[in-house]
Amino acid sequence: MDRVITFPHLGNYYIVFNYFLSNVTKKKVICPPPTTKRTIALGSKYSPDFVCVPFKYNLGNYIEALEKGANVLIQGGGGCRYGYYAELEEEILRNLGYEFEFYNLIKDNHLSLKKGYNFCKKMNKKTNIFKCLYYLINALFMIIFMDKIERYIRKNMGFEIKKGSFEELEKEYLSSFKCSNGLLKIIHNYFKYKKKFKSIKINKPDTCLKVTIIGELYSLIDANTSYNTERKLIKMGIEVTRLTDLTYLLITKRFLIRKMIKKNKKYIKYNLGADASVNIALARKSAISGCDGIIHLKSFGCTPEISAMSILPKISEDYNIPIMYLSFDAEDNEVGIDTRIEAFYDMIVRRKDN
Amino acid sequence: MRKKIKIGVPRAFLYYRYYVFWKNFFEMLGCQIVLSPETNQEIIQNGKNLSIDESCLPAKIYLGHINYLREKCDYILVPRICNYGKEKRVCMKFMGTIDVVSNLFSDIEILDYNVDYLKGDYEFFSLFKVAFKLNKNIFRIIWSYYRSRKKEKRYNQSLINRQVNILKSTRTKILIVSHPYIIYDAYLGGNIINYLKKMNIEILYSDRMERSEAICYAKDFSKTLYWLYSKESIGSAVYYKDAVDGIIFVSSFPCGPDSLVNELAFRKFKNIPIINIIVDESTALAGLETRLESFIDMIEARKDNG
Repeated sequence: MDRVITFPHLGNYYIVFNYFLSNVTKKKVICPPPTTKRTIALGSKYSPDFVCVPFKYNLGNYIEALEKGANVLIQGGGGCRYGYYAELEEEILRNLGYEFEFYNLIKDNHLSLKKGYNFCKKMNKKTNIFKCLYYLINALFMIIFMDKIERYIRKNMGFEIKKGSFEELEKEYLSSFKCSNGLLKIIHNYFKYKKKFKSIKINKPDTCLKVTIIGELYSLIDANTSYNTERKLIKMGIEVTRLTDLTYLLITKRFLIRKMIKKNKKYIKYNLGADASVNIALARKSAISGCDGIIHLKSFGCTPEISAMSILPKISEDYNIPIMYLSFDAEDNEVGIDTRIEAFYDMIVRRKDN
Repeated sequence: MRKKIKIGVPRAFLYYRYYVFWKNFFEMLGCQIVLSPETNQEIIQNGKNLSIDESCLPAKIYLGHINYLREKCDYILVPRICNYGKEKRVCMKFMGTIDVVSNLFSDIEILDYNVDYLKGDYEFFSLFKVAFKLNKNIFRIIWSYYRSRKKEKRYNQSLINRQVNILKSTRTKILIVSHPYIIYDAYLGGNIINYLKKMNIEILYSDRMERSEAICYAKDFSKTLYWLYSKESIGSAVYYKDAVDGIIFVSSFPCGPDSLVNELAFRKFKNIPIINIIVDESTALAGLETRLESFIDMIEARKDNG
């Protein structure tokens, strides 16, 4: 039987995973269908009661991909509870009666490159370490470029003159990545589209509203989880800043974390786990730099973020900056979240006018 | 006579794991231990007011105990546990304890020690740093560390021996798999234990087992499990499961590691009655007793039928 590989969704990065896996393994790779209400309904039906939301989304993605014909599943997320997802997901799916191979690339709560290489070797005997490294570097470049463009979009999209021009170009840009092969082509592609994005006319006042988004990684990266909170804010005409993306997780985090804890001695002494200490540092930084508000997103029951949430109110008090906490579970309704975002927006506008 | 330094120990979280050690260690250094009382309604209420509502119940109770201890002692002992080496991590909650406590209570003096083997903070050296604040005699510190570790070992061994004796009895035996800070807590686990005792049932606890042995058994259950405390409790569940008549899993709402590990256990343990009890602040006694009663009835009927 032919092997068909699949993986759970993570925001727009499915393009990168798809690129890497299909080039290295030379097998058919299918992306799970876009996350919808059905995905989360399926996921939460078979999940334990109070597991955090990413588990439910991942499980839903797997089930939908299995229905489409996938038979090799990969799990490669680590950190906190995430590192232990794989084993339970495999058990649940087996109990449901699906037939598949499951590859867990996690060892001791971190992504293990050795396990990843073994997986590639098993899928495709002809591959070698240089090929894997070449495509890995390409994938890393893709991630960095995607994040760079996204940062630009977040800053400027709210002030576009012709509505929708940014989103249109973004779609085109993402699909161009799907068919670009080779490092040079990826770099060329990036600069081409960077120019295009810069040439979109915007009308950005100097005193625009600025909001920083912090919180748990999955809710931030995967817009479906947070009901597109970020995009909604941007469309209201706000300049949104966010550090947490895959570039941060894979590359910059290890250099930042110690420095950030040292700078924020007043609030934190040790690493709180996951992104909690970085979030506290970011909240303080944006408060000093004159941000108008902070929004904290997390999935329900996220342990490290709860630790951070006990400290954030102190920063809010010391620097006089509003922080809104949003917590997402499988059964939230979007209207309630919209109302809260609108109220927050009204509040920061009024604060700015005074 | 010089006044003794008072060290407050909250009766929550790691108290149930390390109390014998802490008590002997700090008393040998010439300090006095002040212990908070058993968890009661007032402590829970205070803890709830102090903490984020999504935080897990033992964490709320912990803050309640610390709130009780403030102004009653000079220092409060708040350990931060990150990991004990590779594949021996603990729940992220324990990584943030010090920072959460020091931000919530500005008026208390914290005696913190940090255990993070992967970054080179070994338990002995961190404790040494703490103890040096209290007593400048280096040899005394080393001696008391050695002595109290020995005493702790002897105490644990006595508990294990008691459990081995229970295994020989012919009455109905039930194993309770849970974190020590949930099941030994008077408010969270007290009702369950009292009821089982009233029903004349022998209770075995998952934490009363040689820890290194339990970790070996946990490998049979799951190869990728990396939480030390979960490993220990699940390992002893694997070890005892053939010797007991039923297993009760007790966890609190919303416990991170338990949400995954217990679910896996329900799917993997076959041919043994299992009940899952989730405690929260509003657990009704009557509902709990009904569930336990029917569970016991079921076990006994099963036993009669061979």
